[in-house]
Amino acid sequence: MRKIKKIKTIKDLEQSIQSQIQARKSEKKSVLTVSAGTCGQARGSLKVIKSLEKAIKEQNLEDKVKIKVTGCHGFCEAEPNIIVQPVNIFYQKVQPKDAKDITSETIINNKVIDQLLFTDLATGKKVSNENNIPFYKKQKRIILGDNTLIDPTDMDDYLSIGGYRSLVKALSDMTQEEIIETVKQSGLRGRGGAGFPTGYKWEFARKTKSDTKYIICNADEGDPGAYMDRSLLEGNPHRVLEGMIIGAFAIGAGEGYIYARDEYPLAVEHISLAISKAEEMGLLGKNILGTDFDFEVQIVKGAGAFVCGEETALIASVEGRVGEPRQRPPFPAVKGLWGKPTNINNVETWANIPLIIEKGAEWFSRIGTNGSKGTKIFSLVGKINNTGLVEVPMGITLREIIFDIGGGIPGGKDFKAVQTGGPSGGCIPKEMLDLPVDYESLAKVGSIMGSGGMIVMDENTCMVDVAKFFLNFLRDESCGKCISCREGTQRMWEIVTDITEGKGKKGDLEFLEALAKATRDASMCGLGQTAANPVLSTIRHFKDEYEAHIKDKKCPAGVCKELIQYSIIAENCTGCLACIKPCPQDAITGELKKVHVLDQSKCIKCGACYEACNFDAIKIE
Amino acid sequence: MEAEELKVKSYITKYNNEKKALISILQEVQEEYNYLPQEVLKIVSKALGIPLIDIIGVATFYRAFSLEPRGKHLITVCLGTACHVRGGPKILEEFERKLNIDAGETSKDGQFSLETVACLGCCAIGPVVVIDGDYHAQITIRKVGSILKKHFKKE
Repeated sequence: MRKIKKIKTIKDLEQSIQSQIQARKSEKKSVLTVSAGTCGQARGSLKVIKSLEKAIKEQNLEDKVKIKVTGCHGFCEAEPNIIVQPVNIFYQKVQPKDAKDITSETIINNKVIDQLLFTDLATGKKVSNENNIPFYKKQKRIILGDNTLIDPTDMDDYLSIGGYRSLVKALSDMTQEEIIETVKQSGLRGRGGAGFPTGYKWEFARKTKSDTKYIICNADEGDPGAYMDRSLLEGNPHRVLEGMIIGAFAIGAGEGYIYARDEYPLAVEHISLAISKAEEMGLLGKNILGTDFDFEVQIVKGAGAFVCGEETALIASVEGRVGEPRQRPPFPAVKGLWGKPTNINNVETWANIPLIIEKGAEWFSRIGTNGSKGTKIFSLVGKINNTGLVEVPMGITLREIIFDIGGGIPGGKDFKAVQTGGPSGGCIPKEMLDLPVDYESLAKVGSIMGSGGMIVMDENTCMVDVAKFFLNFLRDESCGKCISCREGTQRMWEIVTDITEGKGKKGDLEFLEALAKATRDASMCGLGQTAANPVLSTIRHFKDEYEAHIKDKKCPAGVCKELIQYSIIAENCTGCLACIKPCPQDAITGELKKVHVLDQSKCIKCGACYEACNFDAIKIE
Repeated sequence: MEAEELKVKSYITKYNNEKKALISILQEVQEEYNYLPQEVLKIVSKALGIPLIDIIGVATFYRAFSLEPRGKHLITVCLGTACHVRGGPKILEEFERKLNIDAGETSKDGQFSLETVACLGCCAIGPVVVIDGDYHAQITIRKVGSILKKHFKKE
């Protein structure tokens, strides 16, 4: 790699950006863009890249085509996927064996390979252009879209899409007050959970008098089921960094920290690389671009504690201590890291900043609803056909996200609920599918926006089990400082566990509701205050399911082990032997072409036979 | 132990003997030893001037640290929400049966540690299992045996 020449002035940076934009425009080679975020790699994208490299070499195509390894494209269901540019063909679920065809057919002969195209389930037609895939059609990918364009390990590539142009603008044309005013006017609210208006937060930190101030990027994405922050750090780290540099300049902070989750090795690798490149180029350090603005960024790796997503706990963790939250006020904007004013924003919030600076507050505030501006990235996961990261304008309905973008529920099953907001959020039933997705509407139905997890549940998901799952998570992650949270989550978990085991009794639900409210009212931080949401929202919307467990000792969804029984439906059983071998208990016996028999006394309800049967002959009831 | 002590001290000097770097230092120690040996924690305690009890407090607060030696191979089953609704707990049970240990335990021969994680952030391909850093997507109960076999066939 060529040595980067340090950029000394704002004008130099502007010129570098222009020359990289030109370089991108005059690119003569075709580009094979391969998605290789953590999920892409898990699906084998690195092997695909190797095969592509080999094919290019064998067919002497080095002058005609190059490979670009990018972060996550969002459509995780279709991983590993390749976009062929400039012709814009989207190939999905590419295997190493397809590499040769892609180079010989598409690159040399300009032919589209039909079997690698996405099939629109609604029309049955093949789709070659990414933008015509229903998954992408209703999205507005103003942030995530850039992930498909750039190699996250190459800073020049970021410059070539106009990256760091907002920094140029902020440093040369705007005062610190103007930057903060722009962020305020844009209506941007924190994307990490609580949704506090970002510009106001910045203003508080800016107005506090102190010789030292800090900013922190909260990349401790602890909500199970949410991974947009990982994808942004993996796929476009410079954008997050650019947002931070602008924020530090506006607030007057000299040091920044990125508090990253330990479970995200690739994200840490890419953001580390971005920091060192930015230092090398002179975008971080002393006298940035010839101004008197100094700013440095360090990475602190978290060590696996959900509560550290709470800002005062996060600060304690950065200071090397146990991550226990403390009472607010004083807020971090007044007294934060090492007692100094500190501004903390989430990864996605920081990633929005360059866009707002570049295009202006008015442009940004035109997207979304009255109280919720801009777009939000959601991770659409669980029982859904098109899983992945979706970026949508605020105010879009749940139905549009789940059915138009997500393609509905697999296997023709019925939609039951969608869970938003992680362990602090709630479950929303199908009667509310037309709910617009914004901060206010979600709060009204007992959930929250949270960091953007959207877990879809179908008829086979037990809502009592889901409440148990979140309570188990919360009792485990409660730091223990407030007795209401420590004991409240534990007791609620015990009661719900009893209910799932057939030991529920009359009055349990009322007691649960009382406990939930006490936990909410008496706990100090967000974890305890919202810990009741999964319980309260499931009782509110799925009371009949709780009652079936308590009164009839039945789990209608067929999940709670103590309340279900596996059996073989004789009419459906073809006697194919498929279920016999997977059974760890040798509980199923039978001969070829004869109906098999399940011995209930041996069955441990592991589900192996259910999974193995191709004829719907295993019944759970 | 002298050589060990020097090695541990090198981690500490790397962070300028600063108390604030405790978590980072513990992460390096764990990387090296696969767990946090008490002897090493004593060296850290002395060098940083932090009472051992506070270091144990930090080590037990964060999930990433282990005070017990872990197995040669680490198997992590994701139990995040998305993996949960797609059957993650059943996958964990199958690993428990196959390895004959419970989640959080290490096999007697020191070969395997079975752990769970609250989310790995690759929810779209759940249920997910990571074996020694390799991600396995869309695991089914039946795949568990073959994955174990494939992964450890060389041994």
